[in-house]
Amino acid sequence: MADKLHFSLVTPEREVVSGEVDQVVVPGTEGDFGVLPEHAPLMSTIRPGWLTVIEGSDETKIVIRGGFAEVTPEGLTVLAEEAAVASELNADEIAQAIQNAREDAADADTDKQRETAQDRLEYLLVLQEAAKAA
Amino acid sequence: MASLKDLRNRISSVKSTQKITKAMQMVAAAKLRKAQDAAEAARPYSKNMARVVANLSASMAGQPGAPELLIGTGQSETHLLIVMTADRGLCGGFNTNIVRKARERIVELQREGKTVKIMTIGRKGADQLRRLYGDLIVEKISLRDKKEIDAGIAIDLGKKITDMFEAGEFDVATMFFAEFKNVLTQVPTGKTIIPAAESLSDDEAAEAPDLKGAVYIYEPGQEEILEELLPRYINSQIFFTLLENAAGEQGARMSAMDNATRNAGELIDDLTMDYNRSRQAKITTELIEIISGAEAL
Repeated sequence: MADKLHFSLVTPEREVVSGEVDQVVVPGTEGDFGVLPEHAPLMSTIRPGWLTVIEGSDETKIVIRGGFAEVTPEGLTVLAEEAAVASELNADEIAQAIQNAREDAADADTDKQRETAQDRLEYLLVLQEAAKAA
Repeated sequence: MASLKDLRNRISSVKSTQKITKAMQMVAAAKLRKAQDAAEAARPYSKNMARVVANLSASMAGQPGAPELLIGTGQSETHLLIVMTADRGLCGGFNTNIVRKARERIVELQREGKTVKIMTIGRKGADQLRRLYGDLIVEKISLRDKKEIDAGIAIDLGKKITDMFEAGEFDVATMFFAEFKNVLTQVPTGKTIIPAAESLSDDEAAEAPDLKGAVYIYEPGQEEILEELLPRYINSQIFFTLLENAAGEQGARMSAMDNATRNAGELIDDLTMDYNRSRQAKITTELIEIISGAEAL
């Protein structure tokens, strides 16, 4: 019986995390859910937010945006468009990016563009919060 | 017979050319490694994405209400060809081969009476297609000002393409690029990305995981997930292809420049031989002149 969960977090550019952990809490579109070893197969989309990796008494917080989580008997795979480990964030850069995203949202011509900009803004706000906490 | 000074000038000019090609070869080798690493790092994402989308779509296909991005519009009247080439030349037949592949397809489609639209990514492809098919090019994109290819570029491109699809501007989209076999070989390839179902069937990564009899829980519904994932799948395909193409470009440039350096070396050897021969001939002539002059006295 596997008592560890195989977890990997992948973004288009690289594999951010890959390894055996105790538990992962994923921000699903319909609410956060925790994944323990031997979880039933599940597919869920994710919303911008915190993903928490629990390993022993350590907790790593990762901010993710856009994508998808899949649980199979082999483990949990999260495909995210963007991911940032909370302790590696730079508050100034985020503030700048938020500024840009706000302007984008205001300048958007179509609903679709506005939606994208809004989505991005939401993600950045979560990032900012994360940076403050770290 | 060229004079000695002419020969000397030619030798030094070929030597400086050789220095340039040598430097370009080394730069390309360094960039190639970087590009390969980037492509390698992007592989897990695109592979996982392909697998998940393939699984989802397998159970969705055939059902009414499957998204058009997946199954297509049901017709194939208007084709969008996305021709991905480099922004710079001096990389052997790399660009020409991709363009030739695309051109063959254009001819074929036109013979069948289809409408063809072309989107070029990379300046060289646009340059080569402009003469024959200038009026078919709907979009020219240059990545020249981008330092490196990141996911953002692919997301923008993917969005542009899916927006065009949703606006009904085309039925089928095919990418033309060079598949990176190894440093020396890049195979020009055409790959359909919309409808996505076609590209999924070519993907060998599309293998279902063993659920040991259990059934997936979908959150939210299966359809919503698929709708959310399909554009991302297309983006990841574009991204991976761009990376692969970039690696291919550097590989092609490296071997082209290696050849050029070698040719320059041979040319220098030949010219030096000529130079020495004429120099000796000149000395001999001078000697004969002096000796016959002395004898005449």
